[in-house]
Amino acid sequence: MTARLRLLEGYLSRTEVADAAQYGLQWLGEALGVRQSLCLIKPSAESSLFTVASHGFASSTTSSFVVSLEDWGNPLVHALNTRREAYYPSSHTAADRRRRPSTPFEDAAFHVLPFGSVSFSDETFGLLLYGGGAQTSTELRWFTSIFAQKLDQILRQHTLAEGDRRQGRERSLLYSIINAVTDPILLTDTEGRLLIANARALTLFTAGEEESEGRRGAVRMNNMLLSSALSSKAIEETGATRRELLLVNPVDGSDLLFELLSTVTEDSRHGTGVVSILRNVSDLRRASEEIEENYRKLRLAEAQARAESDRLNLIIDSVADPIVVTDASGETSLMNEPAERLFTLPSLASSIEQRWVQANDAHFSSFIAGMLVSADRRRVGEIGLVDPRTGENMPVEAIAGKILSDHGELTAVVTILHDRREAIEKATLYEQLKQASDELERKIQAATADIAQQNELLRRQAIELEQASQLKSQFLANMSHEFRTPLNAMLGYTSMLLQGVAGPLQPPARRQLGRVESNGRHLLTIINEILDISRIEAGRMPLQISSFRISDLVAEVKSELEPIILRSRLAVTLDLPKDLKPLSSDRQKMKQILLNLLSNALKFTHDGSVTISARRDPVERTVTLLVADTGIGIAAGDQQKIFEDFRQLDNSPTRLYGGTGLGLSICRRLAQMLGGRIAVQSQVGKGSTFILTLPAQGRK
Amino acid sequence: MNKTKPERPCVLLVDDYPDAREMYSEYLQYSGFDVIEAGNGIEALQQAIEREPDIILMDLSLPVMDGWEATRRLKADRRTARIPVVALTGHALAGISEGARRAGCDAFVTKPCLPEDLVKEIRKVLEQPSSSTSKKTRRSGKYAKTNG
Repeated sequence: MTARLRLLEGYLSRTEVADAAQYGLQWLGEALGVRQSLCLIKPSAESSLFTVASHGFASSTTSSFVVSLEDWGNPLVHALNTRREAYYPSSHTAADRRRRPSTPFEDAAFHVLPFGSVSFSDETFGLLLYGGGAQTSTELRWFTSIFAQKLDQILRQHTLAEGDRRQGRERSLLYSIINAVTDPILLTDTEGRLLIANARALTLFTAGEEESEGRRGAVRMNNMLLSSALSSKAIEETGATRRELLLVNPVDGSDLLFELLSTVTEDSRHGTGVVSILRNVSDLRRASEEIEENYRKLRLAEAQARAESDRLNLIIDSVADPIVVTDASGETSLMNEPAERLFTLPSLASSIEQRWVQANDAHFSSFIAGMLVSADRRRVGEIGLVDPRTGENMPVEAIAGKILSDHGELTAVVTILHDRREAIEKATLYEQLKQASDELERKIQAATADIAQQNELLRRQAIELEQASQLKSQFLANMSHEFRTPLNAMLGYTSMLLQGVAGPLQPPARRQLGRVESNGRHLLTIINEILDISRIEAGRMPLQISSFRISDLVAEVKSELEPIILRSRLAVTLDLPKDLKPLSSDRQKMKQILLNLLSNALKFTHDGSVTISARRDPVERTVTLLVADTGIGIAAGDQQKIFEDFRQLDNSPTRLYGGTGLGLSICRRLAQMLGGRIAVQSQVGKGSTFILTLPAQGRK
Repeated sequence: MNKTKPERPCVLLVDDYPDAREMYSEYLQYSGFDVIEAGNGIEALQQAIEREPDIILMDLSLPVMDGWEATRRLKADRRTARIPVVALTGHALAGISEGARRAGCDAFVTKPCLPEDLVKEIRKVLEQPSSSTSKKTRRSGKYAKTNG
């Protein structure tokens, strides 16, 4: 308690900042054992903190310790600005050191206590720095509050004393300044009453009793207009507002147009007020209207120029080929979008893209440089560029033309770059296509040769087959001859025996010889028919075309089979149109077919009739012969089989109907030879109709 | 030449197959013909000239000299030109009968031919004195005169 009393007693007599601070620090060292402490003050008109008192430091270290308030990163400045206490523990590492301000405490722990206050005219404040641990004792807290209060008090007294002196000076200066301003300046209270006005404002808004009635009326009017302009709206709104205000000049009664700028000010002593500045814009308005008109014209002209330029840009941008316009010094003055892709860096260009663009630029520049020094008006060259988007090589054909002024001076060079990649690619593709085509051709040739070889092989095989077939037919012909010779003798002797050339025969012997004879005849038929087929197939049965009457042929066939017809007791009727024209065909072969069909009909019909009919089809130019019977018939499924070789439908009771099974097969072949066809219509049990259709004019 | 309507006409039977020759020979004799035989074309020519048969039955497939050649020679010889030749063959292939006609045959019979059918054919040929046989004879004679 005595220590506290001692501090308070000491402070009663002290009125100087440095003295009070030094006394406080000393008390801190003696009473509370704080070995090191420091007090910094920002003197008025300075922008740094200077040491005013220190305890426990060599005076050389503290006197040179200055903190600039502009050093925003300094934690001490920050503590001061935020008015917050801070504590820095002792530092051990370089990282710790970086986080704390550089002070005479060096690495030791210390507290920072800001004090002082800001007055409206000047600021004086400071910091108390004292060493020690993080914990602050009650005594220490008491001291810091007393210390801060004391220094605050001293500082404020200093400031106020100085402020009063300064205010007097400043007020007169302010009045002379605002009076010098030609625009009216006013300060009004919230009710619109005039508090301060400069000279110019006074002429507009005040008038003495001695003034004329008209002048006073004008002043009243002006006051009314002003207060209505500054009415609620202006007051409510914070910040500056700007509107037009039309006033009357009290001197000559003319209209004056002002721009009213009003700002609400808050003042603790005088309450809320409104600062208004009136700017005469009467002349300004006319000028501004002129300017506006000029500006409008300019805008129009500019819009036209821009439209023109836009159109031009659109045109050159729409050209797919890059276009670059270069001025006489080699600087690029214009390029279209495709050119920009080659020569300007995209916003996020990688380093490799940058290099490509730079390389492109260098190549193009050297081309243009060559163009500029040459006398040619036109130049065509090739430049090896790189597509910056892909890094792909991009050879271009550059076509440059000089644009000359009327005086023949070079004004610009227009260069069109034509990407040759596509052309090169096409040429490559063409080459590949050609190679593929050549390859294909070679393959086709090889294949053709192969096919030719195969064909030759097939041709030889065909010849060999043909020869083999000929040999087979020849063999069959020879065979049949060889068969016939002995058969001839067998049949002859049998016949002779049956005739009794060698003497009369007993009936059993006659019957047995009859069997020999009938089997011999059957064998002969088979041989003959095989021979017929082999002759047809070997092409050894040439056609012998003649003209003959069908009625004659049918009659002949009928008469040849007359013995069989008589035996069969069947009625064989002919149904032939009277007007049937002669037929041109091979008579012998047709006869063979008809003989076969009729004898079949007789063989397979047990009772009923057989009808031979004929008709001519003038449209188809055919003649059809029909042999219809009422015999056993042929099942639908068998109707095709009967035309096949060695086909007899009734296989089991072999000898019931006899025959070789080759008859219809030969008929089919013969009909084909004659250019016709043979068909059958039949129903089992009802009978069959064989239809032979032949061309009327014989085979061509 | 001096013979006139013999009671038993003489047939020259030319065939290289002995069984056939024998069979026809036997039947022809049985049917009232005299028969002389030859086994090939050369023999046929000799027999024809020597014996002057009334008709010749000529097999076409013969050894030494075939029937076509023999027929041509017979028809070219004025001594034998008038004798009708009936061709007899087991070959049924087309064109054979035509070839036989061109060679000078008067009739054509296909084997197998039953003895009685053969006799019918022979009688038919012999009963046509003014048919192709006589024409052929005249033509042959003319040819012979020009030569002689």
